[in-house]
Amino acid sequence: MTIDSTLPALTYILVFPGFTFLAVYGFFLQWFDRKLSAVMQNRVGPPWYQALADFIKLLAKEVIVPEVCDTVMFKVLPYFAMAAVMTSVFMLPVWTDALYAFQGDLIVVIYLLTIPTVTFFLAGWSSTSPYATIGAMRVLTQLFAYEVPLMLALIGPAILAGTWNISEIAGFFTNNKLYMLAQIPGLIIALLALQGKLERVPFDIPHAKNEIVGGQFTEYSGRLLAFFYLAIDMEMVVGVALVNAVFLGGTLGTAGLLGMAVFLAKTMAIVFLLTLVKVAMGRVRIDQMVRGCWQILAPLCLAQILFDIFLKFKLG
Amino acid sequence: MTKMTIPLGPQHPALKEPVNFSLVLEGEQITGSTVNLGYNHRGIEKAAESRTYLQDIYLLERVCGICSHSHTTCYLTCVEEIAKAEVPERAKAIRTIVAELERIHSHLLWLGIAGYEMGFETLFMYSWRDREQVLDCLELVSGNRVHYAMNTIGGVRRDITPEQKTEILRRVSILEERTKYYIKLGTEEATVLARTQNVGLLPHDVAMNLGTIGPTGRASGIKCDVRKHEPYLLYGKLDFKEITHDTNDVFGRLVVRVLELVESYKIIRQVLNYLPDGPIAVKVPAKIGPGEATNRYEAPRGEDIHYVKANGTDKPERVKVRAPTMANYVAVPYMLNSGYLADAPMTIAAIDPCMSCTDRAMVYDTKKNKVRIYGWDDLRKLGIEHYKKRGVDFSKL
Repeated sequence: MTIDSTLPALTYILVFPGFTFLAVYGFFLQWFDRKLSAVMQNRVGPPWYQALADFIKLLAKEVIVPEVCDTVMFKVLPYFAMAAVMTSVFMLPVWTDALYAFQGDLIVVIYLLTIPTVTFFLAGWSSTSPYATIGAMRVLTQLFAYEVPLMLALIGPAILAGTWNISEIAGFFTNNKLYMLAQIPGLIIALLALQGKLERVPFDIPHAKNEIVGGQFTEYSGRLLAFFYLAIDMEMVVGVALVNAVFLGGTLGTAGLLGMAVFLAKTMAIVFLLTLVKVAMGRVRIDQMVRGCWQILAPLCLAQILFDIFLKFKLG
Repeated sequence: MTKMTIPLGPQHPALKEPVNFSLVLEGEQITGSTVNLGYNHRGIEKAAESRTYLQDIYLLERVCGICSHSHTTCYLTCVEEIAKAEVPERAKAIRTIVAELERIHSHLLWLGIAGYEMGFETLFMYSWRDREQVLDCLELVSGNRVHYAMNTIGGVRRDITPEQKTEILRRVSILEERTKYYIKLGTEEATVLARTQNVGLLPHDVAMNLGTIGPTGRASGIKCDVRKHEPYLLYGKLDFKEITHDTNDVFGRLVVRVLELVESYKIIRQVLNYLPDGPIAVKVPAKIGPGEATNRYEAPRGEDIHYVKANGTDKPERVKVRAPTMANYVAVPYMLNSGYLADAPMTIAAIDPCMSCTDRAMVYDTKKNKVRIYGWDDLRKLGIEHYKKRGVDFSKL
C-alpha cells in the first residue's frame, strides 16, 4: 500500500466520517437529546459540554475488573462494540454518497449494528453478577424482539427502490419524493425498533435501574464503561443516519457543506422524534415488549412490504 | 430453568430507604420473596420516654419526613385525652387543613415515585413540580416545608390569616387543574396501564386477613378510612367521600390516591370557609396523668396508631408508635410472589413504604437464618450483660 492510498483511508477512519466525527456528533446528539428531554420535562438540563465532561471523568476513574470473569473478553468488548459501529458508518451517506457503497450494504449495516448488542450481552454475561446476568438475558431477549420489525421495516424501501444499496435507496427517494409518504408506517416502526436497539425508554429494559441497577454494565467502570457509552452514542448517530438514508432520501442529492447541513438537520429532527417517544412513555415489561414487537409491529411491517410490492408492480 | 436469588436493597436505586427484599427468580418470574427489616432502628420510642411531653412533639415529628404532622397530631390527641384538655375549634380546623395539605403533598410525591419506578420520568418531574405548590402552602402556613411544627399541646402554634387563606385557595385551584390531568394520564396512558393493571394483585379476602390499611387496603375494597369510621378533628362535620376501588392491583392504588387528592381539595375548601373564631391553643399543665390513651389517625399511608401512658410526671412512661407501613409490609411478599421482576419496584412502591418510620428493633441470626424475638426479660438480661462487660453492674436495679 502506498502512502497516497493509506493517508486518505486513515483520515476516513480517524477523522471523517470515522472516529472523531462520530464521537463529536455522538456527544452532541447525547447532549441534544438530554437537553430536549429536560426542556420537555420542565428542567434546566445539562450544559453543552456535559457529554464530553462525563466521558473525560469516566476515563480518569479506576477500572475494576471482577476476579471471576474472563479478563481479556471483559476488557476487549467495549472496543469491539465501538469498532463495529465505526465500520458501519462508511456505508452510510453522510455528506454525499457513502464512501464504500455496494449491493447488499444494507444487510451489512444491519449485521454490523447487531454486533454492539451482542457485545452488551457478552459484557453482562461475562460479569457473572446477578444484576448483570439478568441484564444480559434481557439484552438478548430484546434483540430477538426488535430485530425482526427493524429488518422488515428497512426491507420495505429497499424493495420499492429495487436495490440493496443504501446510497441507491437514498437516491431513489430523492428522485421520487412522494414515495416517502407511503413509507411513513414503516418509518414509525423503524423509529420504535431503533429505540429498542439504542435501549431507550420505553425499551430501556436491559438496564432498568429500578429493577437491576446498571443491568449489563453493572460491573463496568472507568475507561471501559466510558467506551461502552461512547459506542452507544455512536450507535445513535449511525442508527439515525441509517433511518435518514433509507426512509428520507439521505442528503437529498446535495453534496459538500450543504449536504452536511442537510444531514445534520435531518438527523437532529429524527433525534427530536426519538426524544419525544422517550419523554412521553414509561418503560414496558420485557414480555410486553416481545409481544408488542411480534404481534403488532411485525405484522404491520409485513403489510407495509406487501404495499411496497404492490406499488413496485404498478410502477413497472 | 435454574433458580437465582437476587437482593433488592438495602442499597438499591428503586428504594429510597434501607430495606431488603430477597427475590427468588426463575427467569423473569418471582417464585419466592422475603422481607428483611431493621436497617434503620433509631430508638425513638425509648428516647421519647426521657423527654418531656412538649419535647416529644418535636421528636415524634421526626418519625417520618412526610407524615410529620400525622404523627404529632396522633400523639397529641392521646396526650390531650389524658390531660382532659379541650382543644379549641379553630385549632382543630387548622390541624385539619395542615393534615390535608400534608396528604396532598404525600400523594403527589407518591405519584412521582410511581412514575419513576415504571421508568416514566416525565410523570415524576411533573408531579414533583406541582408538589411545590402545596409545599409553598405549607411553608406559608407553618414557615417550614417538611417538619411543620404546627402542633403544640392544647392547640396549634400559628394562626391562619385571611391573606394566607386566599393564597391557599388559589394554589388549591391550580392543583385541582393539574390533578384532572393526572387522572386522565393515569387512566388512559398506555404504558402506565400496561405497568399497573393486574400488577401486585391483592384480593379482598387476603387483604382483610393480612390487615392491609390505607390506600393499599382501599384499593382492595376494604373500607378502612379512619377519618370516616372514627372521626377525629373536624372530619365528622365534613362532606367527603371514602374512595375505594375493586381492581386489587397497583392501578387501583393509583386511582385511589389520585381521587383522594380531589377529596382533600374539597376538605380544605370546606374547612377554610368554616374556620371559626377563637383562640388557637389552650394551656395544658406540664405534668399529666396518670392515665393511658390510644388513638388512630388516617395518615397519607394509612392508619397510624399511637399509644401513650402517663404516670403523673412531665415525661411519658411509654410511647408506642405503629406507623402505617408496618401493617402493609406483611402483604408485600404475597403481592410480589408469582409476579415479574420488572414489577417488583412498582409493587413495593405501591404501598408507599416508609422504612424509617416503621423500623423497630429486630435481631437476625445469620447462622440459623432466623429472626429472633426478644421479650422484655430477654432484653433486660441482654442489657445487663452488655454493661457488665464494660464494668458497670445494673443487675441490682
